[in-house]
Amino acid sequence: MISEKKTVVTMDGNEAASYIAFKTTEVCAIYPITPSSAMGEFADQWASEGRKNIWGTIPHVVEMQSEGGASGTVHGALQTGSLTSTFTASQGLLLMIPNMYKIAGELTSAVLHVAARALAAQGLSIFGDHQDVMACRQTGFAMLCASSVQEAHDMALISQASTLEARVPFIHFFDGFRTSHEVNKIELISDEAIRAMIDDDLVIAHRKRALSPDRPIIRGTAQNPDVYFQARETVNPFYAATPEIVQRRMNQFAQLTGRQYKLFDYFGDPAAERVMIIMGSGADTARETAEFLCEKGEKVGVVQVHLFRPFSIKDFIGALPKTTKAIAVLDRTKEPGSAGEPMYQDVLTALVESQADGELPLAGMPRCIGGRYGLSSKEFTPAMVNGVFEELKKDKPKNHFTIGIKDDVSNTSIDYDPEFVTESDNVVRAMFFGLGADGTVGANKNSIKIISEETDFSTQGYFVYDSKKSGSGTVSHLRFGSDKIYSTYLIQSANFIGCHQFNFIEKIDMLKHATKGAVFLLNSTYGQDQIWDHLPRRVQEQIIEKEVKFYVIDAYKVALDTGMGTRINTIMQTCFFAISGVLEREEAIAKIKAAIKKTYGKKGEEVVQKNFEAVDQTLAHLHEVKVPKKATSKLEMPPVVPDKAPDFVKTVTAEMMAGRGDELPVSALPVDGTYPTGTTRWEKRNVSLYVPVWQPELCIQCGNCVAVCPHSCIKSKHYDESALKDSPEGFKSVKLSGRGFPGRRYTLQIAVEDCTGCTLCVEVCPAKDKEEVGRKAINMDVKEPILLQERANLEFFDELPENDRSKIDFSTIRGVQYLQPLFEYSGACSGCGETPYVKMMSQLFGDRLYVANATGCSSIYGGNLPTTPWAADKNGRGPTWSNSLFEDNAEFGFGFRLTIDKQTEFARELLEELRGDIGEELAAKILAAPQTNDEELTAQRERVAALKEKLAGMDNVRAKHLLSLADMLVKKSVWIMGGDGWAYDIGYGGLDHIFASGRNVNVLVLDTEVYSNTGGQASKSTPRGAIAKFAAAGKPSGKKDLGMMAASYGNVYVAKVAMGANPKQTLRAFREAEAYEGTSLIIAYSHCIAHGINMQQGLRQQKLAVECGHWPLFRYNPELAAAGRNPMQLDSQKPTIPVSQYAYNEVRYKLLTRTNPASAEKLMKLAQQDVNEQWKRYEKLAAGK
Amino acid sequence: MDLRTTYMGMELKNPLVASASPLSEKVETIKRLEDAGAAAVVMFSLFEEQLRHDDQALDHFMSYGTDSFAESLSFFPEVDEFAVGADRYLDIIRTAKEQVDIPIIGSLNGISPKGWTEYAKNMQEAGASAIELNIYYLPTDMDLNGAHVEEQYIDVLKAVKSAVSVPVAVKISPFFSSIANMARQLDDAGADALVLFNRFYQPDFDLENLEVESSLTLSTATEIRLPLMWIAFLYGKLKGSIAATRGVQTATEVVKYILAGADVVMTTSALLKQGPDYIGTLLKETTTWMEKKEYESVSQMRGAMSQQSVADPTAFERANYIRILENYKSAFLAP
Repeated sequence: MISEKKTVVTMDGNEAASYIAFKTTEVCAIYPITPSSAMGEFADQWASEGRKNIWGTIPHVVEMQSEGGASGTVHGALQTGSLTSTFTASQGLLLMIPNMYKIAGELTSAVLHVAARALAAQGLSIFGDHQDVMACRQTGFAMLCASSVQEAHDMALISQASTLEARVPFIHFFDGFRTSHEVNKIELISDEAIRAMIDDDLVIAHRKRALSPDRPIIRGTAQNPDVYFQARETVNPFYAATPEIVQRRMNQFAQLTGRQYKLFDYFGDPAAERVMIIMGSGADTARETAEFLCEKGEKVGVVQVHLFRPFSIKDFIGALPKTTKAIAVLDRTKEPGSAGEPMYQDVLTALVESQADGELPLAGMPRCIGGRYGLSSKEFTPAMVNGVFEELKKDKPKNHFTIGIKDDVSNTSIDYDPEFVTESDNVVRAMFFGLGADGTVGANKNSIKIISEETDFSTQGYFVYDSKKSGSGTVSHLRFGSDKIYSTYLIQSANFIGCHQFNFIEKIDMLKHATKGAVFLLNSTYGQDQIWDHLPRRVQEQIIEKEVKFYVIDAYKVALDTGMGTRINTIMQTCFFAISGVLEREEAIAKIKAAIKKTYGKKGEEVVQKNFEAVDQTLAHLHEVKVPKKATSKLEMPPVVPDKAPDFVKTVTAEMMAGRGDELPVSALPVDGTYPTGTTRWEKRNVSLYVPVWQPELCIQCGNCVAVCPHSCIKSKHYDESALKDSPEGFKSVKLSGRGFPGRRYTLQIAVEDCTGCTLCVEVCPAKDKEEVGRKAINMDVKEPILLQERANLEFFDELPENDRSKIDFSTIRGVQYLQPLFEYSGACSGCGETPYVKMMSQLFGDRLYVANATGCSSIYGGNLPTTPWAADKNGRGPTWSNSLFEDNAEFGFGFRLTIDKQTEFARELLEELRGDIGEELAAKILAAPQTNDEELTAQRERVAALKEKLAGMDNVRAKHLLSLADMLVKKSVWIMGGDGWAYDIGYGGLDHIFASGRNVNVLVLDTEVYSNTGGQASKSTPRGAIAKFAAAGKPSGKKDLGMMAASYGNVYVAKVAMGANPKQTLRAFREAEAYEGTSLIIAYSHCIAHGINMQQGLRQQKLAVECGHWPLFRYNPELAAAGRNPMQLDSQKPTIPVSQYAYNEVRYKLLTRTNPASAEKLMKLAQQDVNEQWKRYEKLAAGK
Repeated sequence: MDLRTTYMGMELKNPLVASASPLSEKVETIKRLEDAGAAAVVMFSLFEEQLRHDDQALDHFMSYGTDSFAESLSFFPEVDEFAVGADRYLDIIRTAKEQVDIPIIGSLNGISPKGWTEYAKNMQEAGASAIELNIYYLPTDMDLNGAHVEEQYIDVLKAVKSAVSVPVAVKISPFFSSIANMARQLDDAGADALVLFNRFYQPDFDLENLEVESSLTLSTATEIRLPLMWIAFLYGKLKGSIAATRGVQTATEVVKYILAGADVVMTTSALLKQGPDYIGTLLKETTTWMEKKEYESVSQMRGAMSQQSVADPTAFERANYIRILENYKSAFLAP
């Protein structure tokens, strides 16, 4: 029975799938991974809110330490009879594979919901394709694919209903981001329909098959050659029955909801000759295009695959039109070296087998080609679909093709006409260009909700984000219309374009997306009478040529006047409704206000009123611009990078930076994922309007600001006075303080175009103007007036000679400020608490540094294209960096050490062997050289250079080997770095093994006490009482003491540091750790945006964390023990303030006092106890001899 | 011994009231105060400005950095229900009302006309027996004259009085050109009690870091002089009640305030230092003193040393000041 009352909701694919999973399971074991994290977050949140499943009980939702752990828990819960689920993607799904074989082998009903994502190969990608699910097609899991948000909702239920009956476990998957994050209006499945689909007898049967001491069985035996094979074949009937079961459940679902699906759905001309086979979100675009072409009389069609495993040949052949002559199979995956991608091979098998059996109902064997599309969320547009259909017209269409890229290396790509557009006039297409920080995305999500709820329109919202974490841009793509929307691609022709940031006008060619007569809304400080003269010529031309209706608003002024600060979201949203015509203006304004009340009501009346005020003020400031008939501007869009940039940067990196990366051909890219370092310096992002300004006369040259600057935008040098002779006018310089440096000058240079405006430098500056104590030696000021001057100053400063490392005092912050940072201008958040440590490491050891970086924030701001911050010094030496995976980083870095040790050993052996040819003295000196400081290292480098010179002239294979290994004769430094998610959770097993090895590696844990990169999920480092995702009710257990766990080995150097509390201790710990000839661990307090703090106060929070005892500073140095002393040294004082004084400055703690004050109080009390007891333990340890 | 007193028309079992402090942040402590003998409890002050700021800060920090980077589109769980504004404050009043028998007096520090009346109404609805307006206002605007400041006090009081039916007390500072006149104005405007006096935030300097410090110091017994003088002066001249607050450390101050004419005596510092149970000690020692001096009731004692009751009324005026100066002998002055 179709329910008459339909509930329409607006949600994204993750929520749609998770909604069903939560309703139909008893246990969820979860772990965060993009883009599936939100599914687990919803489940955890709903459980903490006390929501119930269809049986009236709250599912248990438990976070595990890794996807491997989650799958083990799923397996265990299933084996003991619970309806169990998990959510994952990509590498996470790969980690589940071993258990998936088990779960399937034991015929266990289960559903894994997957937001399908690319796999890390030549590079990591968080975006969507089918590489992960395709890596599981052999596990024995059935695979049911959803192509849209509605389908993610529907197929989740069909999977659950089917698995209970079939006993074959299911992967229910949909495209990461395109579906998981697309916001859409969908029909919610009623609880009655869910109950009708889930057969309680089957649930009870599942329970009865469980392990139970009340009816003991064993499962999971070891089997031998005699029976394993036969036992493996026992499951065949279950797989054979599965397609029929799924189809029956789909039919039942149609009865209940009116939405009919088939294992293979067909769209297009029933008498099509050219047919595309495709699965996932791309199927909707293919459908839209095929229907468009059919209307023009083309004989084309699309088979949309839902059930990919078990692959039902019968149903597939049945779905093909009898008239089919040519088939293109599109796989959203890559299987290098195969005879073809998986679905292509399945289709071929189906065709060939059917024909051999005489069951192919076609006139003849169709021509069948296979190709790849859409890897890593590469756009898949109607133009590409059309391109493939065009290819199928050819006598010899290209097989094993690619579509959507230009492959000029293997020539696999099919050409297509990018001008081919199918956007319907019945759909409003709106694009918004904003900043993450200005709230554009949030406002658009709100707009979609309003339109969804207030009209019968179909709605769709999709959001594209930047690769940087600070100052990042966003592009919102919104569609609304009376037609159902199948456009699973970015808007190609927009009838509304909103530019929320004026400076984008010079950087992004927005109006290329505008259709004729489109509306263009620009946020600008220039009014309707001045704006025209401030537009680049190209923009003016486009406005005239496309007859664009042009509006301006000074949204920042309205925001400021109405107390909204820099959040212009509500204002721009109001403008959109006022001029887009989607709704009547008055009606729209009322709806916006109602939505504001709904969205912000829980945040207090104050927030609501402020937004109301902003809405009211907006219309008075919104003006249409009278467009002149002629373009008059002389402003041209500036080049992306300066001409002096290296070729690769100019030809490849710059294209990515300009948003034209899609146009780069295959030949432009490195074959093995190798990229040049130090490219961030070419990307002047100009994120902040305010930047620090140095006051030389007040400066005490302490170096604190240099140390804490998260983006290495503050550097200092001292130099001979004579170096100033070519300095630009206005270059700031002051006499170097301290004795013994006559004639030396000092400059603190700020890279204002790279500064993100975090103000940590101002906070840390101890030097105050004696007559005006509010003024420091470094103060924030408006950037614009000093931009050109500082640009010239920086250029000159960079050319000043670097200070001689062998003469720098490495033991003080004052000294190390002169060490060149080899990690600069990263994409980290403004005010990041991690990067100052990373930078310090690069300063101290950068020229001989290997970095193994666990996946996480640090691998993203450290290695996300287009530009990367790891840099080289003027000798061409610098950190070499790589990221393997999330879970294996300790082992990965350990591998570095093994190579270094082996190759150093071999190099020394060869040197011994060749000492006669090389010269006794040089060889002996190299072999005996101490390398404990930079003076000694410099001397050794000179010897090795001499050695290499000698070796170069020798025609001897042993000498050639030594030449290739000679650099290993200079001491190297291996740093294994990552966040707490890695070190405390997923990578802990490996890390522990490294501790036990005692080998000379250094581990740096950037401890934010939460999974920052995936959006704030709890880790075992999350302190008690803090709220995090997956710990929505406040973390009930205490923080794991990783430091003491490592110290318990006795031979691991351990330090706990907090730069904001004691930078000197931090520096000391880094140097001791590196000098220690064994394994070292530094746990570094890293304040984080995920703490919900004022990032300006990050260093102050660090200080408070130490003062309250939450973060006691210590160094545990086994070398002291060897010398008969106590290895444990406490570097901070006994706690002087209560934990609450530190904690309640942070939303992560504070929020719990609002949601559950009683629990907050209880947990805070326990947190205080944790601290008290820990301090007692540490004190005791430090007191002994 | 009859310790009963009447405060704003409310019959209280004794004159000791726990004044606004963090002690009333928990119902558990309010109960302890009652058990120890407190006759009423003034809730901690609800600062409108603080509430607004906190709500906005929470909104800001929960949304800061969101929707910017594809992997971390938010950083906190989407919490559907959480307390905002005065929710928590009102909850405490509500629960306290259920669990204790003594009057609970809401304390409000507003900044907007709407804030004053709305929060006062909310407090009444939550069960507050009376409202204390803690008018904590630093007129730093140099264009603002004294008359205008006074007018603002009266306006706030009138607005709140017209919005609620429970009694309303006004807690003021001593910084008026004419305290006596101000007291009368408030009394005429309908104040059911005057609470004398509140202490303004007075920042200190941190000489090490050259920063302004905003730490708060607890009051000491020597601070009772100013309120003592004005209570003694105002006693018998107002329609409303008088509450004494500031500097109560021992029963000595309690007794002095009652003798001066206070209907109730409020204390915070002593309770913060000694714990809520200390109110029992104060009560006991007050009774002991009364027994020693053979007083039978508080009403007998009240105002016994007010200006109109003492032998030398000028002791409260300027002549007294001159005498003090004359009597003052410093070690640095020649004998």
